[in-house]
Amino acid sequence: MNLGVNSMSVTTSSASWKSDAVSDQFPAGLRVLVVDDDPTCLRILEKMLRNCRYEVTTCGRAEVALKLLRDNKDGFDVVISDVHMPDMDGFKLLERVGLEMDLPVIMMSADDSKSVVMKGVTHGACDYLIKPVRMEALKNIWQHVVRKKKNEWKEKDAEQSGSVEEGDRQQKPTDDADYSSSANEGNWRNSRKRKEEEDDGDDKDDSSTLKKPRVVWSVELHQQFVTAVNQLGIDKAVPKKILELMNVPGLTRENVASHLQKYRLYLRRLSGQPQNGLGNSFLGPQDSGFGSISSLNGLDLQAYASSGQIPAQSLASIQAAALGRVTNKSGIVDQRNIFSFDNPNMRFLDGQQHHSNGKQVNLLHGIPTNMDSKQLAALHQSGQPFGNTLMNVHSQSGQSNSLLTQMVQPQSRTQMLNEVGGNPVLNFPSSVGQPGLSQAIPGSVFSRYGMDNNNVRPLTYTSLSQPTSVVEFSRSQGMELSGNSIPLTSNSGIPSYTSKGTTLQEEVNSEIKGSRGFLPNFDAFNELSQNRTDTWDLQNVGSTFETPQHSNIQSRLDVAPSVLVQPAFTSDHRNGHIRTTSVNKAAFSAATSLGNGTNFGQQLTPSHADSALRIKTERLPDMGFQNSLFPDQLGQDDLMSTLLKQQQDGLAPVENEFGFDEYQLDNLPV
Amino acid sequence: MHRQLANMKQTLFDQGYLDEQFIQLEELQDDANPNFVEEVVTLYYRDSARLIQNIEQALEKSPLDFSKLECLMHQFKGSSSSIGAKRVKSECTQFKEHCRVGNADGCKRTFQQLKKEYATLRKKVEVYFQFARQIGPVEKACRSK
Repeated sequence: MNLGVNSMSVTTSSASWKSDAVSDQFPAGLRVLVVDDDPTCLRILEKMLRNCRYEVTTCGRAEVALKLLRDNKDGFDVVISDVHMPDMDGFKLLERVGLEMDLPVIMMSADDSKSVVMKGVTHGACDYLIKPVRMEALKNIWQHVVRKKKNEWKEKDAEQSGSVEEGDRQQKPTDDADYSSSANEGNWRNSRKRKEEEDDGDDKDDSSTLKKPRVVWSVELHQQFVTAVNQLGIDKAVPKKILELMNVPGLTRENVASHLQKYRLYLRRLSGQPQNGLGNSFLGPQDSGFGSISSLNGLDLQAYASSGQIPAQSLASIQAAALGRVTNKSGIVDQRNIFSFDNPNMRFLDGQQHHSNGKQVNLLHGIPTNMDSKQLAALHQSGQPFGNTLMNVHSQSGQSNSLLTQMVQPQSRTQMLNEVGGNPVLNFPSSVGQPGLSQAIPGSVFSRYGMDNNNVRPLTYTSLSQPTSVVEFSRSQGMELSGNSIPLTSNSGIPSYTSKGTTLQEEVNSEIKGSRGFLPNFDAFNELSQNRTDTWDLQNVGSTFETPQHSNIQSRLDVAPSVLVQPAFTSDHRNGHIRTTSVNKAAFSAATSLGNGTNFGQQLTPSHADSALRIKTERLPDMGFQNSLFPDQLGQDDLMSTLLKQQQDGLAPVENEFGFDEYQLDNLPV
Repeated sequence: MHRQLANMKQTLFDQGYLDEQFIQLEELQDDANPNFVEEVVTLYYRDSARLIQNIEQALEKSPLDFSKLECLMHQFKGSSSSIGAKRVKSECTQFKEHCRVGNADGCKRTFQQLKKEYATLRKKVEVYFQFARQIGPVEKACRSK
């Protein structure tokens, strides 16, 4: 081949770890590190890779390879390693590289037995080549690099857009640049890595391998984190300082930032506990999906608990939340609390609640596509509080939500996200049955975490059962939405949402308007609610939906708003459900056109309870409804309860109006 | 001359001494590395000598540590397959099978066979390379065969 001729001369020096030159003629210049104890194979691979115009570095020993990788962070794009090596098992190396550097690793072996190949897969290998390796097989290894980078970026976005409050989050973009070469920044995807991480923990300490790659937040590491956070004070805890305090080599600011996001959500949830004492009730597993999450959450919770930060109760609630079981109102409360923990923004209803609400909202976001329609539908159908539906949706999609569980590896999130995209809605109906407004706190929490994977963190914490929570929910949603919406719709962040709290309204308004004619209701909504804090939630919710969803969920929005509205209507006698319904309808149709639906819907759903209520009031005015916007926001509880009731009763009719079911199905952009 | 070289190679293939992988190696050869294949094969023999020795030592132990033997042989097999040493490779596979079932005699017997093939191949490729060097770059033209 002539290919290699020129490049060979260029890449003769195996130690060329320059990370430049990759861009223009990609995949030429791809920096590959080959590890194999067999010199013959090594030589052949080297030649083959050079012929592909890659920059090759060879290594006969795994330890040496690790050192090379550690010393040259960002010095390589991909690692190819043999399985059987004398000094270290190839899989172990695979894990380490994945954990520490988060580079794509390709395994090779003359052994082609299924078990070994499976082992490679489970350990996270991007690919498995059977020896003797052919040129063709090597030519395409660049795809793994691209894929990985793509996922990293997505995660980064998710995280960045995720938490509004995290100021440092904004810094992430800059950090992203660092990661461009490879390795996700802290994907906590791998739960299994987590275990290994514990083992590797010691190793990690000194070698700064934790560049950005998946950081497994082991118990010890988390403890350190929590200690640092406590030292700084939760409000003052910024990733940079935490990082310094922790003094863990290899840990990046990004890792800490994302972890902090999650932690904050978690705390919020915990702090929300006292409010309704729901905490424990969260565990009421509504959604099966959370089962897994709960376990994960449990881990985190425990970790948290161990740190003494989180009261046992919180843990429980968190777990519950994680489970997405939230269906219980009480559960929601806890969550909410947690959320509101450090969310100054969420002041809407009660400091805490907001948070939770917001969180939930986020959840919705996470599930932009499916959730919207489904959620809405589910809501109606089940007549359950919106929150529940959200939860369901979330839970389903985000089974692995364990938002709380930071340990929940990013993978789970991604999975959830994926699920969300796939069928968030589907899950929804089933879960809808939840009684309380189970606001999708989990969701929101989830979203807060900046869904790494896909923004959509299914966690269906929608346990915002309480009306208040709903309100908050919407608020938080709004807020969260911004954060989440980013991931969802790959919007880059809902800028407007960051200003939770009062600003929400404004944002909402603006968003609503901005969101392409999002829903007329919402606009009206905003206006109406200007005064009401309650409405905010709705608005926010709405707005959040709109904005983030613009991009994606246009269709969803339609669904969502209408859906949300509907339930609200039914439950709210006071204002006359009808209004809401009409609002819904309007919204519905509007939403449809918007196509933002997905996000919208999602967001809406969590706050259904709240938003629904609110929406009703708000929307009504515009819609020309009777306007009996709730003169005062009934206490959220009231609203919620009415809503719930109504939902149950009135949902049916409402739904029919919109033909939701069908709508959802159609709209699900999935 | 080229044809002669080509024939030599073809014979090696026909007799099963070499396989596809060898061709892959040849394809890697280029102007910057005109003797790439020879280099690799030489490298193989040098390194595999060590492996052979290890296996021999392990075979002398009693009782035999089959898993260790299998592991050693796995390495050897990987190496051999990477240069396209077909016959050697099949002996390796057989050896591993004996290890798997714990057939000590089978292992020893197969190992002897393996060594024979190993040595034969070495001689043959040495001749081949020598000849190829004499012919020079022209050899490339015949490679396609």
